Amino acid sequence: MTALFESWGLPYDWAWFVSTMIGILVIALPLMLAVAMIIYADRKIWAAMALRRGPNVVGPWGLLQSFADGAKVFLQETIIPAAANKGLFLIAPIITFTVALIVWAVIPFAPGVVLADINIGLLYVLAASSIGVYGVIIAGWASNSKYPFYSALRAAAQMVSYEVSIGFVLISVVLWTGSFNMSAIVEGQRAHIFGFINGYGFNPLLFPMAVVFLISAMAETARTPFDLTEAESELVAGYQTEYSSMSFALYWLGEYANVILMCGLNAILFWGGWLPPVDWAPLYMVPGIIWFFAKLLFFFFVFSWVKATVPRYRYDQLMRLGWKVFLPLSLFWVFLVSGWLMLTRYGV
Amino acid sequence: MASVAAGYLPILLFLGVALVLSSAFVFLPMLVGRLTGTHQPNPEKLAEYECGFPAFEDSRAQFDVRFYLIAILFIIFDLEAAFLYPWAVSLGGIGFVGWLSMMIFLVELAVGFIYAWKKGALEWE
Repeated sequence: MTALFESWGLPYDWAWFVSTMIGILVIALPLMLAVAMIIYADRKIWAAMALRRGPNVVGPWGLLQSFADGAKVFLQETIIPAAANKGLFLIAPIITFTVALIVWAVIPFAPGVVLADINIGLLYVLAASSIGVYGVIIAGWASNSKYPFYSALRAAAQMVSYEVSIGFVLISVVLWTGSFNMSAIVEGQRAHIFGFINGYGFNPLLFPMAVVFLISAMAETARTPFDLTEAESELVAGYQTEYSSMSFALYWLGEYANVILMCGLNAILFWGGWLPPVDWAPLYMVPGIIWFFAKLLFFFFVFSWVKATVPRYRYDQLMRLGWKVFLPLSLFWVFLVSGWLMLTRYGV
Repeated sequence: MASVAAGYLPILLFLGVALVLSSAFVFLPMLVGRLTGTHQPNPEKLAEYECGFPAFEDSRAQFDVRFYLIAILFIIFDLEAAFLYPWAVSLGGIGFVGWLSMMIFLVELAVGFIYAWKKGALEWE
């Protein structure tokens, strides 16, 4: 796109700047729209599984429900509790939402369609998403109220616990690809099994890690079987309890943006990203971006499905799963995958 | 624009845009609230939420020491994962000796992990 603006007579630096800014807006604005629609989809799926109808009043089939909610929330009064640390109280949602947005800079949507194709893309995703913990714990501390405080402690412990196993799972993938670059990881999955199936998830050695990653992703984003940070009957609305107006909505937006991101990462890391499931020429007629979003939406449906059907874990069960099952398993898998690669690819 | 750092420039720009967007989302409704007259704070509204009861005790009370333990364990394992990343991308180049060294390191780590497990650092009851 830089070349296009250069051909209009802009100097290179400005052409680059304008095209990058357009790229950023083309990611950020549809992302917010996507979050609005995915919240609606989530509620619809959840309702359908409970034999309810879900939102169906605002707009055709209730399609505009999220926008009505957004407008309502935007016009609400922002309440800052008298006991709160006001600066931190306002900074926390900014951190959460900013982090949820910037992670998308390295996500490849289709071949070459990525804002920053850096060589350590996966490491950047991991680093940026771990900053998200600050948004949560600062919110809980700054609210100076009991529910948010306990919820923030729970959330922080839960997020860091599952980040450890996610880290090891990612190492298995990186070992196989030999690169941190997201596009290289997707390309590495081309014709991975029997020379025509695309995706690390179809590899028997990596499939268990795909499952661990899917479950860890749910725990990391505090989706329902692991939504101990909210648990309505215990902690009201979790660390967002004292928030109101758009600051409250930023947590929702950030949370769902992270959920979409995790679905996208599932698709990219294990199920071939923009590649069709089978390496067969006619399937490449469908643009890569459609394959990517089809996979992303499939995983979102799985997230919703699990949310609608699986009962909530207890906190000790959650910690047990993270530390006593997933951590040893993924650590052992690093040994297994690297050992297998030493034997077969690099030669002992 | 040729250096490696230039690849990160879009991320820096994105960070700026994201900060501006989220700040606008936080501060604009405060302004709108003042203009439309929804901004009417009163002591009851500004009190901390405790299911309708007046708040008692300081909310920043003592909490379970296990949260610290989890944080400490996280630091150990996350640092260790940070050692694994460069090893993982260069496995083809460092050969068998490199692989074996990391396996020895992982065994030592596993010993520490088993110790923490046996000591009950991972128990929640």
